[in-house]
Amino acid sequence: MKYLALIYAAPDTGPVPDTPEFGKLLADYQAASETYEKDGVLLAGEALQDSDTATSIRIRNGKTETMDGPFAETKEQLGGFYMFECANIDEAIKYASMIPTAKYGTVEVRPIMDYSKM
Amino acid sequence: MNSETAKTETLARQTIESLVREDWGRLLAALIARLGDFQLAEDALQDGLESALVHWRRNGLPRSPAAWLLQTARRKAIDRIRRATNFRSKEDEIAHLMEQDAEEMAMEATPEIPDERLRLIFTCCHPALAPKSRTALTLRTLGGLSTSEIARAFLDSEQAMAQRLVRAKRKIKQAAIPYVVPQREQWDERLQTVLNVLYLIFNEGYFSSHGDAQVRVGLSNEAIRLTRILLTLKPDEAEIEGLLALMLLHDSRRGAREDQNGFMVALEHQDRDLWDGEKIEQGLNILERALLRRTPGPYQIQGAISALHAQAKDHDSTDWSQIVQLYDELFRFQPNPVVRLNQIAALSYAQSPKLALDRLRELEQDLATYQPFHATRADLLHRTGRINAAEVSYNRAIELSGEEKTRAFLSQKLGRMLRGE
Repeated sequence: MKYLALIYAAPDTGPVPDTPEFGKLLADYQAASETYEKDGVLLAGEALQDSDTATSIRIRNGKTETMDGPFAETKEQLGGFYMFECANIDEAIKYASMIPTAKYGTVEVRPIMDYSKM
Repeated sequence: MNSETAKTETLARQTIESLVREDWGRLLAALIARLGDFQLAEDALQDGLESALVHWRRNGLPRSPAAWLLQTARRKAIDRIRRATNFRSKEDEIAHLMEQDAEEMAMEATPEIPDERLRLIFTCCHPALAPKSRTALTLRTLGGLSTSEIARAFLDSEQAMAQRLVRAKRKIKQAAIPYVVPQREQWDERLQTVLNVLYLIFNEGYFSSHGDAQVRVGLSNEAIRLTRILLTLKPDEAEIEGLLALMLLHDSRRGAREDQNGFMVALEHQDRDLWDGEKIEQGLNILERALLRRTPGPYQIQGAISALHAQAKDHDSTDWSQIVQLYDELFRFQPNPVVRLNQIAALSYAQSPKLALDRLRELEQDLATYQPFHATRADLLHRTGRINAAEVSYNRAIELSGEEKTRAFLSQKLGRMLRGE
């Protein structure tokens, strides 16, 4: 099973760059990534640029509308993701809880749709 | 219809009823283990029951009705997979299931039905499911209650409850919630989730005052039955014993909790002769066994508090100072203000209402809209002679209580106080 772990956090809740806390955050991400590699569960994983850089598009009446900003007007914004290959949700939860942002933000775990099983 | 046929017919119906009542969870658990699919297993078992009714009426009962039913349900499952539109992709699965079926047929003796209920209960109570869905799914799959029975117990429409169950089963399948007993490192945490579900079912039948009284008793009994089953599956687990003891001790007071007019009677005023002595003894024995294991947990502590009430001759001679201490223990496991509130109520008897009232201030912010906070404050104010302030608190508590019976209970207390009784 493939699972996507979506990493959400409200802006300005995490450690600030150039502080020891930020250094620890990076080291924790590094450590988590190493575990994922070692256990062979990592399919992909990236951090996103700030949500200020987001552009949303939608097509209405055949016209493309382009808007500045993220889709959802929520406090917590999508900041990055991992995609894992796991046997079941218990495994996915185990790896997702290693994501350091879970300590101040929220990680949402979603199974990827498998068309061969439909 | 001659009398012989009528007898066969009655026997068939009775056997099916008792199978649904006693063996539903066990059969379903075994089917899910084989099929790996909750919905398919449930549908197949339902098919099997329909088949059983037809066959047993005509041919009499098989040697082992449960084994017959399980095997028939397995074949019905194969039929269902075949009928599904995309069955080509399932050819391997069907072949595998048929092979297993043939192997078992070759064995002369009736195969023992494996008990997979521990896996089933941990899957139904998985934290990735919504709490209400865990409860509903546990009652449906392990308890064998019908959707309409569960809907009635939780005052939901049958349609809403059916949808909730379908969604939960879909999530189990699509998010791959595993059908396994958790490993040692997750065991304690996951066990608490299971016990919380069982206690929630019990409480829905015990503390809530809505709905049909018969339904409520049934629900509490079902929670006790399921906890007993869990204990037979995991006989050395102190917290399961703790929960079972807690339920039995609470339940022993059922007959004293309401007066003839259906009004709630506070613990203080209950006629202790109406308490069920047999349940108390059972509860105390189970609790003692649990405590000897020296692995304390929140349910054992709550059980111990309930046991001190059960053992007291009357309200005044209750060992209140030990109860106060036990709430400290409980707070270590459940650091929340409601535990503190209960402790303060006990403190008012162990020490004084005045001291309790002082301590209550710490909780004011957290519990501002919590009815029992105001009811407790009203009682403490009353006992320190501050009638006017107590009246304000009683009225606030009445305002906040959602249930008619609680409102009536508090109004009664307020009335008595104002009349100086």
